[in-house]
Amino acid sequence: MTKIESKGDKATRQGFSDALMELGKENPNVVVLGGDVSGSVKVDAFAKAYPDRFFSVGVAEADMMGIAAGLALVGKIPFASAYGEFAAGRPFDQIRQSLAYSEMPVKICASHCGITVGPDGATHQSLEDIALMRVLPHMTVICPGDYLETKRAVKASLAITKGPVYIRFFRDNTPMFTDESSTFQIGKSNTLIDGSDVAIIACGLQVWEAIQAAETLHAEGISARVMNMHTIKPLDKEAIIKAAKETGAIVTAEDHQIHSGLGSAVAECLAQALPTPQEFVAVNDTFGESGKGIELMEKYGIAQGDIVNAVKRVLKRKK
Amino acid sequence: MGPSNPHKFQLDDLDEMARQIRRDILRMLMISQSGHSGGPLGLADIFSSLYFNIMNFDTKNPTWPGRDYFFLSAGHLAPVWYATLGRAGFYPVQEMTTLRKLNTRLQGHPAPGYTHGLPGIEIASGSLGQGMSIAVGAALGLRMDKKLNHVYVLHGDGELDEGQVWEGMMSAGHYNLDNLTAIVDRNFCQIDNRTDKVMEIEPLADKWRAFRWNVVECDGNNVGEFLSAMYKARNFKGKPSVIIAKTFMGKGVSFMEDDYRWHGIPPSIEQGKQALSELAPTRFGDFHEFEWEKLPAMAK
Repeated sequence: MTKIESKGDKATRQGFSDALMELGKENPNVVVLGGDVSGSVKVDAFAKAYPDRFFSVGVAEADMMGIAAGLALVGKIPFASAYGEFAAGRPFDQIRQSLAYSEMPVKICASHCGITVGPDGATHQSLEDIALMRVLPHMTVICPGDYLETKRAVKASLAITKGPVYIRFFRDNTPMFTDESSTFQIGKSNTLIDGSDVAIIACGLQVWEAIQAAETLHAEGISARVMNMHTIKPLDKEAIIKAAKETGAIVTAEDHQIHSGLGSAVAECLAQALPTPQEFVAVNDTFGESGKGIELMEKYGIAQGDIVNAVKRVLKRKK
Repeated sequence: MGPSNPHKFQLDDLDEMARQIRRDILRMLMISQSGHSGGPLGLADIFSSLYFNIMNFDTKNPTWPGRDYFFLSAGHLAPVWYATLGRAGFYPVQEMTTLRKLNTRLQGHPAPGYTHGLPGIEIASGSLGQGMSIAVGAALGLRMDKKLNHVYVLHGDGELDEGQVWEGMMSAGHYNLDNLTAIVDRNFCQIDNRTDKVMEIEPLADKWRAFRWNVVECDGNNVGEFLSAMYKARNFKGKPSVIIAKTFMGKGVSFMEDDYRWHGIPPSIEQGKQALSELAPTRFGDFHEFEWEKLPAMAK
């Protein structure tokens, strides 16, 4: 099987930061909004380099989304940045009316997503944001898996000129599995490891977990395909149906609630196109707690071992 | 760009247009039998002033880059906006018959012209409290580009209960956005009751001043007073301005005036005919003639 090595650890939020710096240089219409968490969501570098194009809006995410809509309306390309819970949860109604229904090309950049944000505890662990964002018409939802992919996703989002884009990333330094030769296209998944017994469809940090799980499974004689489903909306249905057809068993993995996230999106697709046994690796309808990211992934059942177990369960259900 | 309102009406014409807008609102609502009467009727003088004297726009090119931006934050006031947009030339006035009906551009709450709404509508509203933030964003963006377009946002007084408005007010004050003018429709009425019963917002002018705004108060049912307040606001430098415009809900119709119960309901055909009899026809003409008695059947 394809062996995928980590090229070292780096934070996805740094990928966001570095992309903004490049975009700032390339496009004078790019503007960034910060909500008093500029250092932690890493928009401080942009703010320093382009002070005239950075707007501090205070701790006021509802206002931030509206201001972003107004800026987009007069031709700017706004990137609104906040922690996941406060980027998607708190200003949901503003996103729904002023951005999605109004088709405003605003980029909502959500850092510190998922349970892996860790010690801050349940209030700050955004586990519902994929659900909230993907239910909205005209919305694009992207959850990249490593530093470089986040950078690519942020830059690629510029091409979407109708409707908002939600880009979800994380706090911690995590393994880089993509490199300069990798491709990234919004709405087009990447098959990282080919396999014939089962397909593991993952997004975000669970892509690396899935890679590790596939190696464990390989040693046990199970051939697992690993798909990086970085775009949850629009969903790469073609690749999902192909994987279901060729492997007959699906496992989805994400740092999100089990309800209405990536797993649900895949299930919705297959229920209509090709009903296939599926197991869900996700946080099981509960809130999180304080702890280290890796400890929480294990306690809440979204680490590589959980993927391995889910594969074994789904294989038993396979016809 | 040249500053130009395509109509530039003076006082008498503005009054007459306001009366026509009131007739249009009533007649639209009589046909739709759904929608808000009180607030829209109270705002006819303000909308006549905005679209027939104050604002710059080009109806043939609604997205003309030199236009002034207008945001109706309190989207349920749509009937007065729709009547005015039709009269100003953004769309054929006959289309007013389609308010709130299937496939209409006159959605129950405003949708933008580039989706399924009317030309001249920049962004959706209806869920309250969002217009101020949008206006702040537009004003910031225009100022970045050193453009002279002015940004207007209109709020209901009941709408000021929404916290986001105050977030936006704070941002506008923080950024000294003197290219932004807010209008508060101060009619002291909201759905459930008088504003002081539902949620007291006084001392209102002091609150805006404390948020670093220039405050101008006026009679919003007096076109001359409103115009002079608006020109004062537009020329004020260094701070955003707010016009707190005192109006009467249901203005122009004796049995609706100053009665909060007319916030969210349309007149029956009988009430509508009574109301129209109090507002003399104008030289602009109604959008369509009806045999009102036959209308309930037609409306179905």
